[in-house]
Amino acid sequence: MNTVIRVENLGKKYLISHQRSERYVALRDVITEGTKKIVKRMVRPGSALSQTKEEFWALRNVDFEIKEGDRVGIIGRNGAGKTTILKLLSRITEPSEGRIVIKGRIASLLEVGTGFHPELTGRENIFLNGAILGMSKSEIKRKFDEIVDFAEVEKFLDTPVKRYSSGMYVRLAFAVASHLEPEILIVDEVLAVGDAKFQKKSLDKMEDVSREGRTVLFVSHNMPAIESLCSRGILLDEGNVILDTDVNTVVRSYLEKAMTDYKKIDLERRVDRHGSGKIRVIGFRVLNDDNNEVKFLQSGKNYCFEIRYKNNAKKILKNVEVSFDIYDEKNSRVLLFRTNFTNDNLDLDSSDGKICCKVNNLPLANGIYHFSVFIVYEELEVLDYITEIAYITVDGGDFFGTGSLGLPSHCKVLHKAEWYAE
Amino acid sequence: MNMEENNKDYLVIEAGKSEKNYFRDIWRYRELFYFLSWRDILVRYKQTVIGVAWSIIRPILTMVVFTIIFGKIANLPSENAPYAVLVFVALLPWQFFANALQESSNSLISNANMISKIYFPRIIMPVSSMIVALVDFFISFVLLAIIMIFYKFAPSWKIVFMPLFLFLAILVSAGAGLLISALNVRYRDFRYIVPFIIQFGLYVSPVGFSSDTIPGKWRLIYSINPMVGVIDGFRWSIIGKGVEFYMPGFIISIVLTIILFVVAIIYFRKTEKTFADRI
Repeated sequence: MNTVIRVENLGKKYLISHQRSERYVALRDVITEGTKKIVKRMVRPGSALSQTKEEFWALRNVDFEIKEGDRVGIIGRNGAGKTTILKLLSRITEPSEGRIVIKGRIASLLEVGTGFHPELTGRENIFLNGAILGMSKSEIKRKFDEIVDFAEVEKFLDTPVKRYSSGMYVRLAFAVASHLEPEILIVDEVLAVGDAKFQKKSLDKMEDVSREGRTVLFVSHNMPAIESLCSRGILLDEGNVILDTDVNTVVRSYLEKAMTDYKKIDLERRVDRHGSGKIRVIGFRVLNDDNNEVKFLQSGKNYCFEIRYKNNAKKILKNVEVSFDIYDEKNSRVLLFRTNFTNDNLDLDSSDGKICCKVNNLPLANGIYHFSVFIVYEELEVLDYITEIAYITVDGGDFFGTGSLGLPSHCKVLHKAEWYAE
Repeated sequence: MNMEENNKDYLVIEAGKSEKNYFRDIWRYRELFYFLSWRDILVRYKQTVIGVAWSIIRPILTMVVFTIIFGKIANLPSENAPYAVLVFVALLPWQFFANALQESSNSLISNANMISKIYFPRIIMPVSSMIVALVDFFISFVLLAIIMIFYKFAPSWKIVFMPLFLFLAILVSAGAGLLISALNVRYRDFRYIVPFIIQFGLYVSPVGFSSDTIPGKWRLIYSINPMVGVIDGFRWSIIGKGVEFYMPGFIISIVLTIILFVVAIIYFRKTEKTFADRI
C-alpha cells in the first residue's frame, strides 16, 4: 500500500519564559526587559543572560509512516504531544526540526464549530464553517440537506445560532465537520460532544468514514472509541513515540502505564497544579478495612482514600473544604465527594497530616479510574488543586452481595434498587 | 514506499522552510476569503440597525464639524467647491483607511480561535476584514453623490481616475493593516497604537482643509504621509477645476506606500508561521 504520510525526525520546541505571568508579551515589557539586560551586562559583564528562557520540546525525534487506509489512534496522557502532532500535520504550526511529507487532500478537525459566529443563522454558519474546514461552496450546497438532516435542526435553520441550545450547537457543528470528504482526516477529541444519543451517532458516522477506506488519524481519551475506530495505535509519552503497533496492544499498554506511572511521579514535586500552595498534596494511597494499601479495588468493599498533605501555612487552617473527584477512562467525572455536601469541612493541623475520604460499599463498576483533589480555604482561597493524582483499577467484587457483577461494561456506578411489580 | 517529492501532489513540511506554493495556496483558499468577508459584512449589517446608520451618520457629522471649524471659523480656502464637498471627498478615502486599519489590525487577535485550530494562508484574515471598510466606502460614495446634487456641484471628468487613487488607498491600508496585525500577535500593546494613528492622522492629513494651505516649502515633507497623496488624488479627480496636482508629493506618497506594503508583506510572511504558537 502507498505511504500517505511520512514523518521524519519531527520535533517541536517551545520557549518557556519563567518570569512571565501574563499570557502575552507587550512591547513595553520587551523594551524594559531589554534595557535591564543591557544595564546588567554593563554592570556585570559575562553574567548569564538567557536564564529567563527555557526550551521545552513538546515533540522530539518522532518518526512514523502512515499508509493509505490506515486508521491510527494517537494515545498519550495530557501533554504527551498528541495535539502538537496534529497541529504540525495540519500545518497550523511549523516544526522546529524534521520534516513531514503528505500525499493527498488533508482535512483536520481539531475542534467542532471553529469559526461559528453567534450572530449568524444555522444556514449561514453551515456555509461559513464548511468553507473554513476546506469545503468548496458547491460541495457544501450538495451536502447541505444531509448536514441539516444529521444535525436535526431543520426548524431552526434561519435562527441565529446564539439562540441555539448547546446541544443543538454542537450537533450542527459536528454535522458539518463529519461531512468532510478528504483523503486524510485528522480528528482531535471531538466525539465527546452532545448527549449520549448523539455521541453514538457521531461514532457511527466516524466508523462509516473509516470503512470507506479513508486514512484517519484520531486522538482521544476515549479508549473504547479508539479501539472500535482504529486498527493501529501510536503511544506518545513526553514527546516521543514509545509504541507503534496494533491498537489493542497500545491501548492496554497505555492503561497499564498510566496506572504504574503515578507511583513514579512524586506528587510533591508535580508542578501542573493550581492554588496558593499553603497546603500541598504530597501523597496518596488507598487503604482497605485492615489499613493495608491496595492496588486493585473491588466493588462493594470499603476503602479509605488517603490524601497526605503538607501544611506550608504553619498554622491551623479551619473550615477547609476538600473535594475528591473520581474520573473514568473517558475523563468524565463519575463521582464527586465534597466535604461541604455533608457539612464535614475539616480543620487541618498546623503540621503535616492526612485526610481520609472513607467510602463504604464502593459503588464503582469495573474499569480504570483516576482522581483529582481540590482543597479550598474559607470558600475563597484555592489551596491546592491537582488532577490525575493516581490511576487505579476496579476489578471484580460483589457489590450486590449476590455474586452478580451487574454488567460493569455498561455502567460506571452501581447502586442497589428495590424492585417490585404492582 | 518511495514518495516522489518533487511532484506537486506532495506537500512537504519542513522546519524553517517557507512554502514554495504560497500564492497557489492563497488562490486555493479564495473561497474562504470570500466567506470571511461575507461573514464580516453580514455580522456588521445584521447586528444592529444602528450599525448601518452609523456608517452614514459618522462621515456626515465629521463633515459638518469640519466644514464649520475649517470652512466657516478658520475660513480656509475651498478650491472653488462648496466646503462640505471639499471635506467629504477627503473623508471618503480617510474613513476607508481608518476602518480598514481598525478591522484588519485586530482581525488576527479576534479570530485567534481559528488561527489556532485551522490552517489557511493567514494573510487572508486581515485582507478579508478590509472588505467591510470597502463596502462602507461605497455607501459613503452614494452619500457624496447626494451631497453634490444638493450643492448642484458637478464632478470633473477626471473622476474616471478615482479608482486609481482608491487602489492606492487600499495599498496603504493593507500595508499598515498587515504590519500592525502581525505585530499585534507578537506585542499585544500595538492595539493601543491604532486608535492613536487614526485620531492623530485625521488632523495631520488634509481632510478638513486643502493641501494648498500648507506652505510651499513644507509641502514635500508633508507628503511623507502616504494618505496625503491619496486624499489629494481624490480631490483632484472629483473636484477637478482649481485643484492642482502636486506631482513630487504624489510620487513620494506612492514610493512610501510601496515600501510600506512590501515591508508589511515580508514581516507578515516571516512571522505568520508562529501565529498559532503565540496567539
